[in-house]
Amino acid sequence: MSASGTITRRAFAGGALALALTGKTFAQGFAGLGEHAEGFAAVTPGKPFIFPVDHGPHPEFRIEWWYVTANLSDAGGAAYGAQWTLFRQAMKPGGPSEGWANQQVWMGHAAVTSATTHRFSETFARGGVGQAGVEAPPFRAWIDAWEMQGLNDFDAQRVAPLELKASAADFSTALRLDADRALVLQGDHGYSRKSDRGQASYYYSQPFYKASGRIVIDDRPVDVTGVAWMDREWSSQPLAADQTGWDWFSLHLPGDEKLMLYRLRQKDGRENLFGNWITPDGRSAEIAASGNSITPTATAEIDGRKLPTSWRVALPARGLAIETTPVNPKAWMGTSFPYWEGPIRFTGSHAGIGYLEMTGY
Amino acid sequence: MRRPLWILAVLLSHWRRHPMQLATLLIGLISATALWSGVQALNQQARIAYDRAAATFGGSRTAMLVSKDSTTFPQQLFVDLRRAGWPVSPMLEGRVQIDGRSFRLLGVEPVTLPSEVGNAPAVGRGSLQAFVTPPGEMLVAGETLRDLGLKEGDRPQANGTSLPPLRVQAELAPGALVVDIGIAQDILKMPGQVARLLVGKSKAPHATLESVAGDKLRLVEPSAESDLERLTDSFHLNLTAFGLLSFFVGLFIVNSAIGLAFEQRLPMLRTLRACGVSARLLNTVLVIELVSLALVAGLIGLVCGYVIAAALLPDVAASLRGLYGAQIPGQLSLKPVWWFAGIAISILGALAAAAASLAKAIRMPVLATAQPQAWQQAQRRWLMFQSAAALAVFAVAAVLIQFGDSLIAGFAVLAALMLGAALILPMVLQIALALGQRSARAPVGIWFWADSRQQLSGLSLALMALLLALAVNVGVGTMVESFSRTFLVWLDGRLAADVYISAASDAQAKQIKAWLHDRPEVEAILPGGRADTQLGGAPIEVLGLPDHATYRDNWPLLESTANAWVRLRPGDTCLVSEQLSRRMKLAIGDHIEVPAPGGNWPLEIVGIYADYGNPKGQIAVNFAALTRRFPQTPQTRLGLRVAPDEIAPLITALQAKFGLDDRNVADQATMKRESKRVFNRTFSVTAALNAFTLGVAGIALLTSLLTLANSRLPQLAPLWAIGLTRRRLAALELLKTMAVALITALFALPLGLLVAWCLLAIVNVKAFGWRLPFHVFPLQLIELLAVAMAAALCAAALPVARLARMQPATLIRTFVNER
Amino acid sequence: MLRVTGLTKSYRSAGEDVAVLRGVDLTVATGESVALTGESGSGKSTLLHLIAGLDAADGGEIALADINVSGLNDAGRAELRRDRLGLVFQQFNLIPSLSVADNLVFQSRIAGRHDAAWHDELVERLGLKNLLRRYPEQLSGGQQQRVAIGRALAPKPLLLLADEPTGNLDEDTADEVLHLARDLVARTGCGFLMVTHSARLAATLDRQVNLHAGVIA
Repeated sequence: MSASGTITRRAFAGGALALALTGKTFAQGFAGLGEHAEGFAAVTPGKPFIFPVDHGPHPEFRIEWWYVTANLSDAGGAAYGAQWTLFRQAMKPGGPSEGWANQQVWMGHAAVTSATTHRFSETFARGGVGQAGVEAPPFRAWIDAWEMQGLNDFDAQRVAPLELKASAADFSTALRLDADRALVLQGDHGYSRKSDRGQASYYYSQPFYKASGRIVIDDRPVDVTGVAWMDREWSSQPLAADQTGWDWFSLHLPGDEKLMLYRLRQKDGRENLFGNWITPDGRSAEIAASGNSITPTATAEIDGRKLPTSWRVALPARGLAIETTPVNPKAWMGTSFPYWEGPIRFTGSHAGIGYLEMTGY
Repeated sequence: MRRPLWILAVLLSHWRRHPMQLATLLIGLISATALWSGVQALNQQARIAYDRAAATFGGSRTAMLVSKDSTTFPQQLFVDLRRAGWPVSPMLEGRVQIDGRSFRLLGVEPVTLPSEVGNAPAVGRGSLQAFVTPPGEMLVAGETLRDLGLKEGDRPQANGTSLPPLRVQAELAPGALVVDIGIAQDILKMPGQVARLLVGKSKAPHATLESVAGDKLRLVEPSAESDLERLTDSFHLNLTAFGLLSFFVGLFIVNSAIGLAFEQRLPMLRTLRACGVSARLLNTVLVIELVSLALVAGLIGLVCGYVIAAALLPDVAASLRGLYGAQIPGQLSLKPVWWFAGIAISILGALAAAAASLAKAIRMPVLATAQPQAWQQAQRRWLMFQSAAALAVFAVAAVLIQFGDSLIAGFAVLAALMLGAALILPMVLQIALALGQRSARAPVGIWFWADSRQQLSGLSLALMALLLALAVNVGVGTMVESFSRTFLVWLDGRLAADVYISAASDAQAKQIKAWLHDRPEVEAILPGGRADTQLGGAPIEVLGLPDHATYRDNWPLLESTANAWVRLRPGDTCLVSEQLSRRMKLAIGDHIEVPAPGGNWPLEIVGIYADYGNPKGQIAVNFAALTRRFPQTPQTRLGLRVAPDEIAPLITALQAKFGLDDRNVADQATMKRESKRVFNRTFSVTAALNAFTLGVAGIALLTSLLTLANSRLPQLAPLWAIGLTRRRLAALELLKTMAVALITALFALPLGLLVAWCLLAIVNVKAFGWRLPFHVFPLQLIELLAVAMAAALCAAALPVARLARMQPATLIRTFVNER
Repeated sequence: MLRVTGLTKSYRSAGEDVAVLRGVDLTVATGESVALTGESGSGKSTLLHLIAGLDAADGGEIALADINVSGLNDAGRAELRRDRLGLVFQQFNLIPSLSVADNLVFQSRIAGRHDAAWHDELVERLGLKNLLRRYPEQLSGGQQQRVAIGRALAPKPLLLLADEPTGNLDEDTADEVLHLARDLVARTGCGFLMVTHSARLAATLDRQVNLHAGVIA
């Protein structure tokens, strides 16, 4: 699957969609995604974000996602993870058409993870007929029976409270997300640069969610509470052709500090580090690319692939030096476009929990 | 390793010295394998086609949601069901006419199409876009593209618009055009409508159907067997039965060739054993030899089978299309398993045919017991044994006739009859020849009969093959002829109107009717209509017949109450087709309830009519009653009574006035011609296989006589020595062969008539649902008798000619060589 | 080399056991040729068949060199015939579909003991050079028996067994064939045991043994 390659964070949305329908022609199709943006809107620095409108879709851009990960635990303290994701991809530029002629294609991913089990599911839909979509205001994102919607006293700045539901043959999740402070713009005031050649996305997060609800695995319900993190990102040309994959961390540090950090790997073996350090008051500062590092420390073999599931993260300027371990090393998303996504723990200078995503292995 | 090879070389040296025997053996194996695998290829080809049809986006292999009345419904139901967790994918289906030919247009939704639905279009990333965004793409099978005479990228015109550009998609069923659902809605002018929802196998929890769709939709469970498979079962069983018959006839040849070869090689085997070849090694090498020969013959047979199948395929395809509407591609495509199965059947057949000889070789003592076979005693024992076996098989047939109630049982009766007849044939011949011998006075005459009897054991297998081939020919010929005669009479009654019109719409039909009212030459306008419903879980047709003398006088009824036609008028009675009455065991006076849009329609049965060639059950009711009960019935079909001289001008006028073409308006003669053409093709395959079987039997006879010819010299030489000329001897030999062939053929005639009776009274009834009257056609029988004698003459001619020209020295040598 | 001791054999015939051999003792030394005579039904052919391993004895022992023949199963006896014995029969028993050349080499080939030089010498001595491409049916009786002797001796057996080898030949031919056989036996140094009813031919061998009523007289 390494051929799937040139991907920025989660930009595989479009690729996975293509794969679901093609199988083998994926690599070829995906490369196209990385390189052509003609006809679509461009991502430029200095965009003013307007909420709740920007919670809704931006069909003039090629791809977009609504991405929630939650670190949860049950009454006995056992750790769980939950993922709820909706991807949008436009097959061609131009204003949205009515009905089946609509060029938007949607893909949903959902997963739950415990120390011993990992369950996932995916589904696809075309836009224009109501099978999937996102609206704001009032905020509502859905595909088939999976849904994420703002509750009565929804606040657009906090993106809360939210109700989130997904169900599949062998698991389901139902969570309520609350936040007591505003969302955070990533990168440089929401402009997230992915390469030196102009690839970039608009990117904001809500990392301060408190989550509570119920997950069901094989008809066994577990009541859970914990923290959650939403990422919102859209772009038309989010990755450079020579970028092969990424390793992305969202970490809940002690004292309500948050860290978003990712490494983009290139074909020539070089890598670029990006990230934002978020203070409890919601201020977000970009991490410098030099002097900091993320390094694999252990690998696990899953589905015939070698994946680095344990890492050392060092940000000397911030006094951070931690070792991460997965809650379940087998958190493999064997979807049409497969990747690893699961809850992690970390210890060292800081201790806490978070989520790790690895693609392109 | 070299030792077995040396032994194999020694064994094979026999064939080098007896090439005719080898040829016989190979011909037998080749024809057995060829006919068997040819038929299998045809069946396989058809089955692949049914699979493709069944798997094409919601054939019967996939569970479906359809509306209660099988009409289209709003696509919002699809969205609602998806939102409730149902793994459904929408489909729209309709028909489009391209260049006057009708095609099935399927609209699918590739993104939600369940992955387990067979041959989903491999819409690529680029191609997904091309497929779903206007103008889209139209996927077709390669055959369809060829039929259309178009190439990829072309945009045919239909329904007043340009269809999407064509693209070939292998695995699609021929005749189907597949487009995106949105594009299908545009083409068919059904915006926002879907015809059914395919249900994927995903087990995600979902709300109940009723809570989402109310009572608008119902779930249709998938069936493992497609409708086409069910309908065409009998046809394929027929083919298979013929393949099997040919296979066994071929094995008869193999058996006789191997038997003779082993007999001749017994001294060689003894010498091998004496020279120190162990019994186990020798037996192993014997089996290896046989398997090698079977392998070679099997390969050649497969190639021949392929050729046969390719030659027959157009007729088979035409039959299946004519009878059942099944689309079979005209190009043979065979799976590897066919080749393996063909080779395997060749090897198994060879081993089965050689079983007796192999057992004899394995049990053979090294030391020969030098006493000569008392042939007469041995032959009598063998005859008694075979006759006993024949009687047992006949008993089985009798039991099957009494208690069997399926198509398989029907064929089993046939098989038992023929096997029994084959087994008892030597006894019949023995008795006939013994009678001949008793009536003979002259010494040469007595010798003639006695010697014929002695020849029996050598010839009997070939004669059995001839018997079977002839009997089947008589049987099938009689059946086809009976069917043909009945069918033509029936067709005359059924196609009673003079001109048939199929209007494009109800509106056009009204205009045509109005126009026809003013035409003096039109004696009567007979509207017709047909509705579909189901009875007892199976689909049936409801045919509307106007109350008119044309029907009362001509429409053929098999059984009816008094004044059935009058009783039909009020609309509370019906006629049922023979198939339906047999299938559902309905008789006159029975009551049925037919589901209709306004509720069940109770009907009393007042008559039963023949409806040959229709796989569906049918009932006929008064036309006015039909339109009351099924208001949606299209009233586009009209039959006209017209004075004969006026038919052609009227058709021309109709075509000019309403833009109708040959497909929309036809005279009676054209309709009859079409029907007969379909009918004839239906049996053309049967006839071809019939001819093949007879050919194989002829070869069996020829090879048996050739192999016998050499071993008969010791019997003939003394007669030559006492003064019979070679020419006279040859004539006697020919006469003998013809005599036994004649007796066999005469025995085959009643057997064949019995076979025909079985086909008409048991197999056809089970397979098609109709029973045909049994006729005997003496001319046909005489013709077959002549063919059989000609075959025997040809087969006997070569060895006899050799005898007539034989050098005296060769005859003398028989005395010298004899111990 | 061949030692037969106390050999017994009986056959069932018409519901009765008929003792054919009632304790036969016989030896044939290496290089020795022995004629086994006796009237019809004396059991001389049976004795030969038992020694050849074509049939199993009821009792007694047959030892050929170091091999206990009576202890062998069917496969073992086949191997013995193939590698250690040469057999010649009254009816020649050539394989009709093989040429003379193939008939000659056939036993030595399956025994894996083909010796080209010895084969050439056999062809030469048996005078078969011009007949190699013919088939058995194209040969006279004497010629056929010469081929049979050649086939039997081609693997250089320990013992040549012949059952009335000249029974189907006229006197002159018989003498000639036997002369050739004796020469070749002498040349190979193997033992030679011949069943014959002809005292005249028997007298030409080293030793004569007469079988009478199932025992050596």
